[in-house]
Amino acid sequence: MGELVLAEGGEFAPPGAKDFFLPPIFGGVTKPMVLVVLSVIIIAVFFLLATRSFKLVPGKFQFIAESVYDMGRNTIAREQIGGKDFKPFVPLIVTLFTFVLVNNLFGIIPLIQFPTMSHIGFPLAVSVLVVYPVYHFVGFKRHGFVGYLRNQLFPPGVPKPVYVLLAPIEFFSKFIMNPITLAIRVFAAMFAGHLILLVFTLAGEYLLLEAGGLLKPVSLLSFAFAIAMTFLEALIQVIQAYIFALLSASYIGMALASDH
Amino acid sequence: MLLAQAATEINLNKGLALIGYGLGAIGPGIGVGLIWAAVINGTARQPEARGPLMNIAWTTFVLVEVLALIGLVLFFIASA
Repeated sequence: MGELVLAEGGEFAPPGAKDFFLPPIFGGVTKPMVLVVLSVIIIAVFFLLATRSFKLVPGKFQFIAESVYDMGRNTIAREQIGGKDFKPFVPLIVTLFTFVLVNNLFGIIPLIQFPTMSHIGFPLAVSVLVVYPVYHFVGFKRHGFVGYLRNQLFPPGVPKPVYVLLAPIEFFSKFIMNPITLAIRVFAAMFAGHLILLVFTLAGEYLLLEAGGLLKPVSLLSFAFAIAMTFLEALIQVIQAYIFALLSASYIGMALASDH
Repeated sequence: MLLAQAATEINLNKGLALIGYGLGAIGPGIGVGLIWAAVINGTARQPEARGPLMNIAWTTFVLVEVLALIGLVLFFIASA
């Protein structure tokens, strides 16, 4: 019965990873590349305009800019790095947060609707080329080469023989896995979120246009779910940007810490 | 003979990968639930400790969450 109804139109092709590889706009330039440039322009213009004329009683834009900066400075950087030496890292943390946030939010902005971070290359570049060198560099600079390695690979309060196991695991997680998991976290969340939206909208379109009469009203349900998921997606995008900045600050804090 | 031929032609990778990811997502699901349950408990007992608790919660939450997300990536690799 169901087969008879469904067989009326074409076959439904569920969306997959292939839907993320859009044809290039011109030459070798693809949509995500354009979006990254656009995000940088948006952030730069926003902060330049919002901070051009500071007032004692902030206007709407100044309030937003101040809130974002305040969150990056006090909630993320100071909590994770510590009150003594968090100041040099505030610009980096705020930049990471806003950059990832705007690129994530592209996923639900009408007409753009493509989260740049759903291509693994972009978050991987940010984490491997920016965050990873920064926190190891400041660690080596603070503690010296041997001191930093001892700090990172030999956590205190462990019986001596356990270090045989613990040091390689610490090395693997701190020097190899950290940048990868940092990138995968935001990539997979954006990828999955965008895929869910694709599933519901494409299924709705298919049910409405291709499927038989009885199934057409079901498309309403599918579209309703797509809208609900868009709101959930907005929440996840903000949380992922927050987490990215939080973890970067946490890595920097761990590299600087010298509690032993 | 015919049955064997038909069986070799069916590609079960997608279904198996999906079942595997479903099973794999149970762990992170329980983990995330435990973390936020602890935060709710802690906040109910001591509302003024909410700020520090939330900070610890987010940092542990991401460690658990990444397991489910790695599972999702592996699902796409395995189902190809």
